[in-house]
Parts: sequence; C-alpha cells; structure tokens
Amino acid sequence: MDALALARVQFAANITFHILFPTITMGLAWLLVYFKTRHNRTGAAHWNDAYRFWVKVFALTFAIGVVSGITMSFQFGTNWPGFMETVGNVAGPLLGYEVLTAFFLEATFLGIMLFGRKRVSNRVHTLSTWMVAIGTSMSAFWILALNSWMQTPAGFEMRDGQAFVLSWIDVIFNPSMPYRVTHMMLATGLTAAFVVAGVSAFRQLRGDTTRANKVALRVAVWLAAILIPLQIFAGDMHGLNTVKHQPAKVAAMEGLWEDTEGAPLLLFAWPDETARENRFEIAIPKAASLILTHDPNGLVLGLNSFEGEHPRVAPVFFGFRIMVGVGLLMLLVSWTAVWVMRQGRDAPRWLVRVLIGMTFSGWVATVAGWYVSEIGRQPWLVQGVLRTADAVGPVGATSIAVSLTTYLLLYAGLLVAYISVVFYLASQAAAGYIPRERTRLDNPAQPAGA
Amino acid sequence: MDFWLPVVFAGLMALAMLIYVVLDGYDLGVGMLLIGAEDKEKDMMIASIGPFWDANETWLVLGIGILLIAFPTAHGIILSSLYLPVAVMLVGLILRGVAFDFRVKAREPHKPLWNGAFFLGSFLASMAQGFMLGHYITGFQETFAAYAFSLLIGVGVVAGYGLLGATWLIMKSEHELQRKAVRWAQAALLLTAAGIAAVSIATPLVSTRVFDKWFAFPQFLLLSQIPAISIALILTCHFRLRKLAKRIDSRQWLPFALAVSIFLLAFAGLAYSLFPYLIIDEMTIWDAASATNSLQFVLWGVLITLPAILGYTVFAYRVFWGKTRELSYD
Repeated sequence: MDALALARVQFAANITFHILFPTITMGLAWLLVYFKTRHNRTGAAHWNDAYRFWVKVFALTFAIGVVSGITMSFQFGTNWPGFMETVGNVAGPLLGYEVLTAFFLEATFLGIMLFGRKRVSNRVHTLSTWMVAIGTSMSAFWILALNSWMQTPAGFEMRDGQAFVLSWIDVIFNPSMPYRVTHMMLATGLTAAFVVAGVSAFRQLRGDTTRANKVALRVAVWLAAILIPLQIFAGDMHGLNTVKHQPAKVAAMEGLWEDTEGAPLLLFAWPDETARENRFEIAIPKAASLILTHDPNGLVLGLNSFEGEHPRVAPVFFGFRIMVGVGLLMLLVSWTAVWVMRQGRDAPRWLVRVLIGMTFSGWVATVAGWYVSEIGRQPWLVQGVLRTADAVGPVGATSIAVSLTTYLLLYAGLLVAYISVVFYLASQAAAGYIPRERTRLDNPAQPAGA
Repeated sequence: MDFWLPVVFAGLMALAMLIYVVLDGYDLGVGMLLIGAEDKEKDMMIASIGPFWDANETWLVLGIGILLIAFPTAHGIILSSLYLPVAVMLVGLILRGVAFDFRVKAREPHKPLWNGAFFLGSFLASMAQGFMLGHYITGFQETFAAYAFSLLIGVGVVAGYGLLGATWLIMKSEHELQRKAVRWAQAALLLTAAGIAAVSIATPLVSTRVFDKWFAFPQFLLLSQIPAISIALILTCHFRLRKLAKRIDSRQWLPFALAVSIFLLAFAGLAYSLFPYLIIDEMTIWDAASATNSLQFVLWGVLITLPAILGYTVFAYRVFWGKTRELSYD
C-alpha cells in the first residue's frame, strides 16, 4: 500500500475505534442525569444503585474515549497536514471551541462526579453530572459542525488556495449540520440504550433480581423504543439532504449506475465497479425514487454522471444496508420488548438472550453509518474544495505501517478488555446480590464463595 | 497581518503548554514512580491523581489545539517531523489512561498487568515528550548527535516529571509512602538539574541567533538572572528535601512549589530562546498565523471560557484538597 492508502487506513482505524466510546458516553451521560434526577425526586435507593453501577461503566468508557480522542487531535497534523493548511481557518476555531467549551467541562466535572460524592453536597454532585452530560453533547455539536462543513461547506471563500470565513453562522449551521447532529445524537441515545439493556439483561441472566437492575432494563428498553422511530425519520430527512448536496454519495448508497426515473430500491446486489453494473440484484421497483424524491417516477442521478468523481461503491452500498438493517432490527426488538414487558412483567429468558446479543448493536449501526458518510464523500476530504490525496503528509509508508500495526494491536486488545470488563462488572454486580448460601445450594460441586 | 494577534496566541499556547507540563507532569511522574512502590502504596498513589488526570491531559489538547488553530502551517510541519515520537507518546498516554480504570475494574489477577501498563505508559509518554523537545530544539536534524541529544532530553524530562510526581506525593501522602517520596524527589532533583543544564548549554550552540540573544549586552545582565535563580531554587529544594528526609515537618508543600518554579524558569528560558520562532530560525509566528478573522473568533471564545475553566479547575482541586484518601464511587 502507498502512503496515502496507509494514512487513510490509519486515520480510519483511529476514528473508528474512538467513536465507539463517545457514542456510548454521550447517551449514557444523559441516562445518568435521569437516574440521578429520579433518585433526587423519589429518594428511592434503586435509582441510586442504578446510578452507582452505570457511573462505573461510564468512567471506563469515558477514559478510553479521552485517550483515543487525544490521538485524533494529533493525527490531523501528522496524517493530513494539507487539511489544516487549506481549511485551517475554518476547522481550527471549530476544534478550538470544542476543547474550550466541552473537553475541560466534562473532564473536570468527571472527577467530582466519580469520586466526589462524599466530598460535595448532593446539589453539587447533581450539577457535576449535568455538566458532564452537557460537556459530552457540546463536544458532539462542534465536531459534527466541522464534519458537516466538510460534507457541505458554506460561509467561506477561497483565496490563494486557502479557505477564509465570510460568516461563522453559515459555517457552523451549514446545510447538513442540523440533520447530522440530530442523526448522531439519536444514535448515541440508541447505542447507550442497547448497552444498558444488554448489560442489564446479562445481570438478570446471572440471577440479579434487584429493583435497580429492573428499572435500568425497563428505562433502556423504553428509551430505545421511543428513539428508534425518531431515528428512522431523522435518517430519512438526512438522506433527502444528501440527495440535494452530495448526489454522488446517494448514487453509491443506492448502487445506481445510470440516471433513472423511477429508480428501484436494491435490497441486495453485488456492485461490480470494473464492469460498472450490479450482479445478483434483488430490487423493489421504483422504491428508491419514492424514498429519495417522494415521487415513484422521480429522477435519481446515477454513478455514471459522476465518473471519476464518486466514491468506491461497495463499502458505501453495503455500509448503508448494514446501518438500515440494524436500525430495523432495533425497531423490532425494542417494540417487542416493550410489549412483552408491559405492565411490569419481567423479561422472559428468550428476550434476555436477544437483548444481550444486541448489546453493542449501536456500534455496528453507527460505524456503518459513518463509513457511508465518510467514504461516500471521497475522493474529497472537503467536498468540492480539497481532495484527500492533496492533504496527505510527507510521512513515509514505513513509519505509518509501523505505527498503524502498533495502534491496531493496541486497539484490538483494548476492545477485548473493554467488553470483557463491562460484562465482568455486570456479573460482579449480579453476584453481589445473591446470598452466598444459595449459590452453594445451586452449585453443590463448587466450593463456597467460588 | 495583524501584529498582536499571533503574539497573543503564542502566549496562550505557551500558557497551555506550561500548565500541561506542570499538571500532567506530576501525574505522569507519579505513574513512573509506581515501579518503586508496594501494591498498597500504588493504590494510594493513583488515588492522589485519579480525580485530576483527565482534565490535566486536556491542557495538551488545548496547547496542540492552539498550534493547530493559530499556526496551522507550523502544526503540519512540526507534527509530521515528530511523527514517530508522537505515535510513541500517544500509545503511552493511551496505556496510562485506560490502566486507570482497568486496574481497579478488571479481574484481580490482571491488576499487576494493568499496573505495569500504567508505569510503561507514563514512562513512554514522558520519554517521548522529552525526545520531541530535543528534536524540536535541534531543528529536526537527523544526525546521530541530534538523536543522542534528544534521548538525553528525554531522560531529563523523565527525571523532571519524576520530581514533580515525587514532590506531589510528599504533599498528598503520609507515613512510609511520604518518606519514600522524599527519597525519590532527591534522586529526581539531581537528574533534573543535569537535564536543564544540558538544554541550556545546547540551545545556544545549535543556533547562533539564540546565542546572540542570550549573550549580548546589556540583556545578558538581566537574563543571567534566570540561570542564577534556577540554581538557587534547585539548591533550596535540595536542602528542603534533606530536612524532610530527617524529619517530616509542616512545610510539605514547599518542594512541589519549588519544583513547579524550576519548571517555570526553564520554560521561560526556552520561550525566550525560541520567540518569535515556531520552527527554530525558519518560521516565525507571523509566517504561520491563520487568518485574522479566525483568530478573533477564537479569541472571543478564549476570553469567555478560559476564566471559567480556570475557575472550575481550582474548584475541583479544592474539593480533593489535603491528604489523599482512598478513591471510591460512594
């Protein structure tokens, strides 16, 4: 691989690993605010217990998010020096505001939120929980404003190969920004909801019958059931916005080669980029036109209108189908769960297993969605302004290959450690509530306390 | 191009970097000192930095962020020249950061492994930062002498952070651990002094411009105060530690304050040598500055948020004031 390809793979590996953790913490931070508020209002111990368990998971998740995020802030410079040289006047201040308004806020109040319960009043502790949640969401706002600007740049002019800002309002509230922020915030809510549901289900499977675990499971399932239809609607709106501003991306998402009136929706296909056609198509006639233009005979532009200017088709095409597929599965599972658990009924064993299986489903959908968005923007780094190939740095392929290998090994190890520790914390929490004697009676072969 | 805006941002960047070096310096230092501690002491040492490390590290993001925001061209050149040491530092910071949580949340038998990662991460990050400083001062020369010098600075920074960490522990701990911290501080102080001397001698030799800046009259008379005061501070710290080694008295905060002052002076000397260059003798802050409009937009943000950030940082330190007790979520 050449240095450009390696630089892309490395950046993609880092940002993929990074996004996993904020995607959980952003949503989870607001769930913690909810648990805390319920506890403050009702004084009931189980809300406090739910808070105490989930704040541990939050701390672990947050730490990995922070350290992988620091890596990102350096790789803008090490991998893409041309990015800052060309659009630094836009990107710099947006990143700066993220650090100033979000990073310090969340990092400082996190210390008090985690370890300060006995050292500050409950009011200050509640405030700290709020500040951490606000900080995480602020951070999402700024970074998504920047990412959206890279997709749909606005409010600037080019002089001597550099972008100069004409209006900060237009830069921040660029055409795709409201859709992307909404879509991503809902994604974090869903991801956190399925993590909480999955881990709580796991605790139930391990014999945890506490009220704290039950309410957490119920809240998570309800949250997912409420957010998923909103997400499907927001995703549709975001898609319409993309049709308008990045038609080549949509053509790749749909696997559509020719400009078509009444374009079909491909449920499955194998896009063949050399022959510029699809194999093994399974299609619903006119459905893509209906979705994208809200008219069954509407015109959808095909990839051949953008030859040489469109992204690689297969990753965008499949990424989109994975995201939508997981979304539909989330709808099915969460609504079924709400129905099955109606009127305070416990989750039956089959549902518990399904929810455990869905624990990290939010990760799959989020990462697939981001691949659609980011690979779909290629060959541009900033749509119509800067090509990815022109932003790459002078660093040699060997240096990148060595550091990339190190990062990949580290990330793989950390991911395994993270998932196993989250479930270990859950099983510990579950074990803490089972009386010792009963454990012994259930497993007579095992020594006491094992 | 406006004259003052780049100067203001260079000042802000220096401030962020200085705060970073002092704050993350002490917690990286504590991380490295883990290697000489008993298991029970390790918990206490990490508890003393647990509530702070996250925010401490954010100052690095701010410092690098300002370099990126205000001087994007220099940011690209500096970071691509420092590609491998940056990668080493990041791996170090990742290991250290995740070990904080994993060491107490993972299965008990895995704890020594995460303690090891904590030490290794702290060491790699400190060493890499020193190496980067050396490589940067020598103008990114790719000669054997330059690399050897950079490694030496790496050792100096490891010692300097060790000094900050040990003096922090003197302030935050009690009993046997505190006595140990005094001994660590004594050793680290010696190495730190040697490191500062190395940088002070090498920088003017690398650049004739820096040499002229320091050794021209009449500035020299004023500037010679910096090394003079540094030597005085190092000696004061040395004698203070010797006293503490004999008997712990009430002025346990003094070594930390002295260590911070030593860092402050070394930093000031370095800043004086470099100014107004971002890349030594090649690119000034005015060559590299972003558009005035962009800098103004960020400056507003800084003016509003920085006082708030400093305010709640002080608040967080007050919440966890005094001797460290065990960290708990309850």
